[in-house]
This record gives sequence, structure tokens and C-alpha cells, in this order.
Amino acid sequence: MTAALAVSGITRHFFGVAALGGVEFAVPAGSITGLIGPNGAGKSTLLNVVSGLLKPDGGEVRFMGEAVTGAAPHRLAARGLTRTFQVARGFPKMSVFQHLMLYGPRQPGERLLQAPMWGAAARRREAELAERAWSIARRLRLSHVIDAPVTALSGGQKKLVEIGRTLMAEPRMILLDEPMAGVNPTLTAEIAAHLQALNAEGITLCLVEHDMALIRQLCGHVVVMAQGRTLVTGSFDEVVANTEVQEAYLGRRH
Amino acid sequence: MLSYLLFSITIGGVYALLALALNLAWGSAGLVNLGLAGFFGIGAYATALATGAGLPVALGLGIAMLAGVLAGLMVTGMTLRLRDDYLAIVTLGFGEVVRLVALNERWLTNGADGLSGIAAPGKAALGTAGFNWAWCIGVSLVVLLVALLLRRLDAGPFGRALRAVREDQELAAFAGKPVLRLKLQAFALSAAIAALAGALYAHYQSYISPDHFQPLITIYIFLAVTAGGLGRPLGAVLGAYAVVAFLEGTRFLAAEVPGIEPVQVAALREALVGLSLLLVLHLRPRGVLPERIPAAPKVSA
Repeated sequence: MTAALAVSGITRHFFGVAALGGVEFAVPAGSITGLIGPNGAGKSTLLNVVSGLLKPDGGEVRFMGEAVTGAAPHRLAARGLTRTFQVARGFPKMSVFQHLMLYGPRQPGERLLQAPMWGAAARRREAELAERAWSIARRLRLSHVIDAPVTALSGGQKKLVEIGRTLMAEPRMILLDEPMAGVNPTLTAEIAAHLQALNAEGITLCLVEHDMALIRQLCGHVVVMAQGRTLVTGSFDEVVANTEVQEAYLGRRH
Repeated sequence: MLSYLLFSITIGGVYALLALALNLAWGSAGLVNLGLAGFFGIGAYATALATGAGLPVALGLGIAMLAGVLAGLMVTGMTLRLRDDYLAIVTLGFGEVVRLVALNERWLTNGADGLSGIAAPGKAALGTAGFNWAWCIGVSLVVLLVALLLRRLDAGPFGRALRAVREDQELAAFAGKPVLRLKLQAFALSAAIAALAGALYAHYQSYISPDHFQPLITIYIFLAVTAGGLGRPLGAVLGAYAVVAFLEGTRFLAAEVPGIEPVQVAALREALVGLSLLLVLHLRPRGVLPERIPAAPKVSA
């Protein structure tokens, strides 16, 4: 089993407090891996380190076999690693369509010297991306709001835009930070179905989530973190059966 | 009267170039540049010194723009971690530094006396009237060219990436955009356009002094961009011409008010400028030509 993402010995301190104390974990290629743990376990910090937002104090991150420790977010994006945020973020004055187009990779028209000429290559790429953007918008049922600024959308639609633009980036792996936070049950099921469809297309997913039913439904592989370390990894059932996990996270009642 | 009108249109063109420069940095990329007058001054002095040393005017314009690019890269390089009000303060300081250097380094800039006798191409050959016509048309064409270029830049993928940096630079990085490179490019290009405006101004007036590069110019340009429509190159151009028309128009209007001193006339004009901005922003909060979200092109299903 090859790992899409392999994290070893990652440490990160905030003002002397260790948020991550040597995390070891791997996300198998092609899996949907769940990252769970109690509040303060270091899940968000880990996600921020892996996605390039924070530089670790020590340790190594490998993506698709290559060392990417401390690489800038746009370089990771170019390698096919993208992420979403717990609270859906967007560019307030840009439309849904512009969001989708923005995430399209390899647009030569973004280079200053090619931009004013609007060369044939840039126009061709723009047309390709526009076609993809429309098909993603239709798939996520966003085509009726495609010209609306994202600030005008409902919370659930913002989540869908986040997934849509991530898809535009042609990712090999997506890190999802609580994709279902604040989303109603109907939409949760819809998003879950989208995630499974993406995974079926070969995209590796790693999600931080608190909803255990959802983790059981989606994740073939689960990593439990507590106090800045990895506690256990395995299938959902294995992990839930582990007494350490029960103490740290699920409580003894379980 | 005609030559006064031509003069006003030419100066309006110089202001329009400055407004286009500001709109690129501030409107498109979100980089507040309160040091615009400094880049304007750098361009003016660069070409005045270069052509003073015997270089042709065309080369002087090129050197001015290059000096603007270098100054722009230097300022962005020093302020990479700054945004919004902090960037505004540092750039305001930069503009003042340029003016104070021009004022005090007499060996280079002739201090407060300024540089006179700057090459004014066409003045000898065309005579004063012909010169005024030629420069009015020439500067207007430069404005048109730069405005069209920036509009093209703005509407394409480059403009889209800049807007993303403006709205949320962290998220733009996750979208795969090289934020640092985009900021440097936007600011340097903006500085080059401001420097070009300064160079044209220097050759047109054939005299410059540190007094011409007061921070008040920057404020007028901010006013022009805000009233014209932040984020729209054509709005910035419109705003700049409107500001010059207004400044020149109130000159006559204020003189009609009986029983006030010339100093009070000047103060009254500036009060009117402020009042009109308030009025424009009350009626059109996002400017006369506000930024638009382009519609998605239709693609066959």
C-alpha cells in the first residue's frame, strides 16, 4: 500500500506549548482517511502544517513520495494537494464562476508578460477551463447561481463552491477540514455522495470530522490523534474497539 | 483660452495615468499606495537627469519607467508583510522621502530651485500652439493605450488572480497563485506607469521642483479613483479628468464669489473638491463606473 501522504515526526510549538509532539501518520493512496480526535488534539495544526500554512519545527512531510516539508501552499497546489476550510472561505467580490476559473491550473495568461497579449494558448486554456467550470457547476447544482458573488450564497452553497473549486484544481488529494460543519442533514448526505464519487475517480481524501456516523460511512482508514500525537490507526471498528481511544476521545461509556 | 484648455486636457492625461497606476495597485491587487507622488517624482527626475546628460527623450522615458519599476520592487520588497493601513503609512513615508531627497540633494536635483530647461520635444519645431496641440493629442493617446492595455489585463486571468490576492491572499495561495510574484508585478507595473506620468509631465512643463510632488497629488488621485470607480480602469480615467476639470473649473467659480481674498479662494476650491466627493459617494457609493462581475461565458452542454 503506497502512501499519498506520509507524515513523520512532525513537531510544532506555539509559544512554548507543543501543539504537535512528533506526529506519525500516513494516508494510503486512493483511500478516504478520517482524522479524528478530541478538541485540542492538534488536528487543525497538523492540517495547516501539511497544507503549507504553517512551517513545522521538525519532522518531514512527503506527498506522493516526495519531500514537501514547509513548501508554500501554491507549490503544493501545483503538485495536486489542495484543502478546504472549516468555515467556508471565498473571495467576497468574485462570482461562483470566477472562483471555479481561478482554481484552474496551468493558465499561461496569469503570467504578466503574456497577459496583455491574451495569446492563443491563454485563450484556449480559458475555454477549456470554462467548459470544466460549467460541468462542475452543473454537477454540484450551482449553475443557476454561477454569476452570483459568493457572499450572496447560502452556507450550504458556499460549501459546494468550496468543493467545486477544489475539483477545478485537478487535485490528486484533498484535505477537508470538517466539510460538514454547520450543514443540514440533507446537504450532508449530498456532500458525502460527492466525496465518495470523487474518491471513486481516484482522488485521495483526508478529512477531519467529528460526526462518527459519517466517519464510519465514508472512511476505510481512520487515524486518531490526542495531545499532539497519533494514538491509533486502523479501520473504524478497530479504532473504536481500542481502549486508549475510548479513554481519550469517546469516553468510557462506549 | 484654447491653449489653457489644451493644457488642462494634457494635465488631465497625466492625472489619468496616475489614476490608472493607482487603480492597478489598489483597485486590482489591494495594495494601498499613498506614495504615488513619490513614483511620479522619480519618473520626472529620472528623465530630467538622463536627458539633461544628453540622452534622447525616448530613452529618458524608458529610464524613468525602469527607475519606477526598481523603486516599486524596492518598496514592495520592504513591505511584503504589510497590508492595508500599515502599507499605506509606509508608502506615504516613501513618497515624502523622495520629495525630501529631491529637496536636499542639491548636487543632483538642484534642491528647491528645481531643474529647468528640460528637453521639450517639438517646442522649437512646432511653435507654442503646435506644441500644445501635439502634446495634448500625444498624452491622450498614451492614456488611451495604457487604459486599453490595463483593461485587457484586468479582464483576463492575470486580473482574476490579482483580485484573488486582493480579497484573501492566503486563500489565493491555496488556489495555487504565486501571491508574492503577483504583488511584485502589480506594484512594479503600477510604479512604472506613475513614473511614465512623471516623465511626460517633466518634458511637457520643462521644469520640475520638489513642490510639484506634494502628497496632495496622491490625495487627488485617490479621490479620482474612488469617485470614478475603484477596480475599473475606465472609471479611474474618467475620475482623473473629472478631478482636473473640477479643480480648474472652480478656479473661475470661486473667483466669482465677492469679497474674499485669493488665499480664501484656494481654500474654497479645496472645500468644494471635498464636498463633491461626498456628493458622488453618497449618490454612487461605489463610484461612477463601479467594478463589475463579468458574466460567465455560455458553453454548450
